[in-house]
Amino acid sequence: MILLIQYTLIFASVLILVALGGCISEHSGVINLGLEGIMVIGALGGALMMRFMPEGASAFVIIISTIIVAIIAGVLYSALLAFACINFKADQTIVGTALNILGVAAAVVIVKAINIAQNPDNPSPELSYIAQKKAFLVNIGGFEFNWFMLVAIIALILVAVMLYRTRFGLRLMACGEHPQAADSVGINVYKMRWAGVLLSGALGGLGGLVYITAGVSQWSFDIGVAGFGFLSLAVMIFGQWRPQRIALAALLFGLFRALSNVYSGFDFLTALNMPSTVYNMMPYIISLIVLALTSKSSRAPKAEGIPYEKGQR
Amino acid sequence: MRKFMKNNAVQSILISVLCIILGMLIGYIVLLFIEPSGAADAILSVIKNFFFYPEGAVRTKYFGATLVKTAPLVMCSLSILFAYKVGLFNIGAAGQYVAGAALGIYAALALGCNWFICLLLATAAGAALGALTGALKAYCNVNEVISGIMLNWIALYSTNMLLTGVKNPNTPYTINISAKNPDALLPTLGLDTLLNNKYASVAIPLVILIVLLIWVILSKTKFGYELRATGLNKNAAKYCGMKEKRNIIVTLIISGALAGMGAAFLYLTDIEQWQCSASSVPAMGFNGIAAAFLGCLDPIGSLLSSFFIQHITSGGGYVDKTVYCSQISDLISSIIIYLCGFVLFFREYINRRIALREERELENALEAAKAEDSDNKGGEGK
Repeated sequence: MILLIQYTLIFASVLILVALGGCISEHSGVINLGLEGIMVIGALGGALMMRFMPEGASAFVIIISTIIVAIIAGVLYSALLAFACINFKADQTIVGTALNILGVAAAVVIVKAINIAQNPDNPSPELSYIAQKKAFLVNIGGFEFNWFMLVAIIALILVAVMLYRTRFGLRLMACGEHPQAADSVGINVYKMRWAGVLLSGALGGLGGLVYITAGVSQWSFDIGVAGFGFLSLAVMIFGQWRPQRIALAALLFGLFRALSNVYSGFDFLTALNMPSTVYNMMPYIISLIVLALTSKSSRAPKAEGIPYEKGQR
Repeated sequence: MRKFMKNNAVQSILISVLCIILGMLIGYIVLLFIEPSGAADAILSVIKNFFFYPEGAVRTKYFGATLVKTAPLVMCSLSILFAYKVGLFNIGAAGQYVAGAALGIYAALALGCNWFICLLLATAAGAALGALTGALKAYCNVNEVISGIMLNWIALYSTNMLLTGVKNPNTPYTINISAKNPDALLPTLGLDTLLNNKYASVAIPLVILIVLLIWVILSKTKFGYELRATGLNKNAAKYCGMKEKRNIIVTLIISGALAGMGAAFLYLTDIEQWQCSASSVPAMGFNGIAAAFLGCLDPIGSLLSSFFIQHITSGGGYVDKTVYCSQISDLISSIIIYLCGFVLFFREYINRRIALREERELENALEAAKAEDSDNKGGEGK
């Protein structure tokens, strides 16, 4: 049972971080479908940092440096989306998808190049960081507390305050609802949208790092992040673009994702005798059902997905 | 020259070639970063693909192999572009392709059907998955990209589960169709001897027919007109009495059917078997996106671009694997998709330049005419 709670919380942390990223970006008016790719690149940055960390580094240094590198990687990568979609008015769906495919391809090429350079007989897309990963964990009784759970809660509070209580957040949301009106009172819509996308890149990159350290200590980059970026978007829609509801939705989805890791620990679940694949499918099936039930009365930002053009009426 | 540049088709080809060159260039730069000494050879072997072999017969054989794998890619890119014309981004094509593979292979190995039934079942499986995405979009307003991705994973896991029943006990792959049920192989029509490749089959000419069919449907029929109208402006189409919900579902059914049939075109030749422990969706569906956009969303364009994408993907297999990895081709095609996002901008830029120059010339002509006019007047005055 403790194991289930532990996994639920860590997967929920991933979903909260990434879904908040998607939420900020969409509130600024840009649909960030590239979150999946941003997660992969953030994860890659964090994993490389852990890999090349000197042996005796203290836990605090490891945590801070990997988080910073993952965030920087995510921000830089999301700049590709901002550049194409805001300045060049590119189709946000195409560019987002391109970033997802590019993220996986680039990560595989980079990791393989590193592995081959060390040993030509080892062309695997895997990175392992067993020793360094322990820095993130603190054992409390039987419960493995992960510092990232705290990071997710802090991010949740910060984003909620930022969006609804600060001048910047309210202006950001105005750009997603009615950019022309925002522009007419002197808000620079392009700048605000850049800020929204880069913030989502930071949260997405961090979420990617959390995902590849959740329960495992090595990651094979050829599968990307297994659709977690899109699950986060489902969480965001289910949470109706509001941070508090996103957190609740993330807990629900995290629970189903955790079940696939630990279902064998429950007698009544093993008694059902379902193949493990069914549990693997569960988060995706649940999200489809949830989306079908909640998308009708959607409260999406009005102007999301539409490139802003100054002269347009 | 200017008239030539104004032509839409010419612009499309120019932009696509530009995307390819830029994509290749970035790929080359990445190779330089990994190991500068062999980078030129590596990018050349990606471009050369089957020209890697000096001899005619072997070269033809690998040319044939590239064609065999191009067939499903064309189907996937048709699937993407057909939906895109109606304003839907069917990223679920990858999952529909997987569903087609599942039912096609299962029918061939477990049910012992002949090739035609297998092909039909594969098509139906893709269509069913497409219908589900369409219904979710039309009736529940679910974004087709997100539901498509969810269905991709569901399809992948279900396929692994279904096909484990017909797995070769010694490998992670399904049993060879040629060994178990040769009736299920697509007929070769003599193409196997022509291309010196036993996997070449009726799929190759069929794909060309389907490309033409899709082109006719989209640009020459009332049905295609309605679909495109729905894509351009859903509300206007609704106002004109078109059934936009029905159109969305029908589009995704056709789109899914194309992807499912594409899977049959690959797996029913037995060139590849399904890997029952696959942990990610085959790249075919995603490469279809690259091919569709590189082909400027035109059926005939996608035929050419699919061949190109498959050409460099196969070519990736020839790089020196002790230094580089074959995924460099995936990297290049994903960069190409990213660049395709800028197509609209390129096009506007070209048109703006032309318009500007035309305006300037018009002004010059006017001024010249004025000057001539005043000259004439001056002449009269004398």
